[in-house]
Amino acid sequence: MQQQTGIQTNPVAALGRSTISFVNSLGDIFLFFLEGVRLIFSSPKQLTKIIRQMYFIGSKSLFVISLIGIFTGMVLGLQGYYTLVKFGSEGLLGAAVSLTLIRELGPVLTAIMITGRAGSSMAAEIGVMRISDQIDALDVMDINPMAYLVSPRIAASILCFPLLTALFDVIGILGGYLTGVTMLGINSGVYFYRIDTSVVMADVAGGFVKALVFGIIVSTISCYQGFNTHKRTDSVGPESVSNSTTAAVVLSCVLTLVSDYVITSFLL
Amino acid sequence: MSTTTWDIELHNLSGGYNQTRILKGINGSLPAGKISVILGGSGCGKSTLLRHILGLNRPMEGSIRIGGHDFFTLDKSQFRKIRRRMGVLFQDGALLGSLTLGENVGLPLAEHTKLPKETIRKIVLHKLGLVGLAEYIDYYPNELSGGMRKRAGLARAIVMDPQILLCDEPTSGLDPINAAEMDQLLLSMKKHFPSMSIIVVSHDLESLNHIADNVLVINKGQAAYCGDLEGLQNSDDPYLKQLLSRQPNNIEQPAVSLGADIQAELSNWLR
Amino acid sequence: MKSYSKETAVGIFVLICLLCVGYLTIQLGKMQLGSSNTYIVYAKFESAAGLRAGAGVEIAGVPVGKVASVSLDQENYLAEVALAIQKDVELGDDIIASIKTSGLIGDKYIKLTPGGSAEKLENGSEISDTESAVDIEELISKYVFGGV
Repeated sequence: MQQQTGIQTNPVAALGRSTISFVNSLGDIFLFFLEGVRLIFSSPKQLTKIIRQMYFIGSKSLFVISLIGIFTGMVLGLQGYYTLVKFGSEGLLGAAVSLTLIRELGPVLTAIMITGRAGSSMAAEIGVMRISDQIDALDVMDINPMAYLVSPRIAASILCFPLLTALFDVIGILGGYLTGVTMLGINSGVYFYRIDTSVVMADVAGGFVKALVFGIIVSTISCYQGFNTHKRTDSVGPESVSNSTTAAVVLSCVLTLVSDYVITSFLL
Repeated sequence: MSTTTWDIELHNLSGGYNQTRILKGINGSLPAGKISVILGGSGCGKSTLLRHILGLNRPMEGSIRIGGHDFFTLDKSQFRKIRRRMGVLFQDGALLGSLTLGENVGLPLAEHTKLPKETIRKIVLHKLGLVGLAEYIDYYPNELSGGMRKRAGLARAIVMDPQILLCDEPTSGLDPINAAEMDQLLLSMKKHFPSMSIIVVSHDLESLNHIADNVLVINKGQAAYCGDLEGLQNSDDPYLKQLLSRQPNNIEQPAVSLGADIQAELSNWLR
Repeated sequence: MKSYSKETAVGIFVLICLLCVGYLTIQLGKMQLGSSNTYIVYAKFESAAGLRAGAGVEIAGVPVGKVASVSLDQENYLAEVALAIQKDVELGDDIIASIKTSGLIGDKYIKLTPGGSAEKLENGSEISDTESAVDIEELISKYVFGGV
């Protein structure tokens, strides 16, 4: 007992301990993901559940993604115009807007938006099911809770994130058109010609790779946090659900941005 | 698997959560075809025992034998076979909030059988009828009262015609009329499914006297009594007597007395 | 009824997004669907600095194709540029390919200047006359430090 308190008070050991537990939980999350993916193909009945989740993650996000897509594109158009006009090359606006959207902002903003909309509710819903015995009830009915709750969400995210990212990109390019062409008077042909000549397949494919990875990260982290609500050491009951949700959103966003950097540095 | 009787036997069972030992060597048996009540005060390990019997947590020591098989040494497929023959009513029903009552009750059928939807709906209507909720088939769980949720949970527990029905505090949080209805339901279940073992975890003495054939009393993680109801009522054991007659333990007087000035100040604020 | 409308909603969602994916990959990403309507000719440059796949190919300012790839010719260390030219544009074998810059700091593109030959370039053949990119930095430093 004495030794244990010794460990807790020694700052270096405390750092080591939290590092070990962090690495452990990363390993756990990875295994959780593998199990979730394996169970996607466990039964043909999974398809209906995946469609149900796609409705929630995808269809219901159409409006909000379009909304932030158009405003992101419009602000890029404005900012880009006033920067480029100083060099007299405002004709490059189309290239600037489309490359920024397709390479960076599209995948990242979509991921962060869907984290707030769907990731948080995944964590909260599964967390509530955990503390009200619903997951145990599934287990006892011999329904694998991972297959029933987690796999459809991961599958639906893997499908929806790239699709929503594509929507965001296109709407954003239209938003840039609105400010650049209709408001500030760039030639519309030049705008689209610049987009056409500057964007190549590698940019588009890179954006989709990012969206795919973000979908995996967000759904896995959110489901993991919800699923392990009862194992939280900082709180019990309803408070643990709220802590799980917070952790899911924060961790998802942080890992999204970190992995964004890593993927970008590999792609370039 | 050639299990014919579904007796549950506990041998020297110890268990708990994260290193904390809550159950300390429980022996006892819960015979098939009867209603067995696991009785004990709050925090004595009743729910822990239930989780072990359900196979949700592994015991630290000892064994649980179901129908003569050691539950935790079975291979996965046999373990799942026994699991599928169990029905559980959790404390608050544990119905899935995103599904209607009908979908909830029919969930095990939809997941484990290839029955067509109409057949499942007929079975569900029948089972919901048994608990008197047939007209609520398209309601969501949070549109119902706590008592109704428990009854719906019971309907889900019996939808696969289980051999073992486990109920975690079926009468807790219910008013006397609802509680009496729940007792009635459990008795009718026993009549409907004569070979089914019904295990009820409870601290409700009223319903104990109504429904129990067999009682396992747990006190401080150990079996204080295991046998039929009469034997319990005639027992001389001081703890059992205290439990049955609802005598309180002496609660010690607070060691720190409130000073007169603080008391006065508090009254001032409450005026 | 309820699950039907849900399926419809998912269907609409997937459809809209697939249209966007199509626009991004086929229109912007220049993904080839089916048989291509271009043919490839090669041109070797001493320097293809700043030129990258997807850049335009023009004759008299009219776009006639795209740069398909830029790679290194390992034998004599020249930049080998593959040009995807539209099938309906025929090129004579004495055509000159030069790398130009649009504006002072704009993108690089390839300008083709036709000659008078009647011999046509086939798919996979090579343009022999090339002009490398003008290195503006080099020009400026030559001007500043003398030697022009």
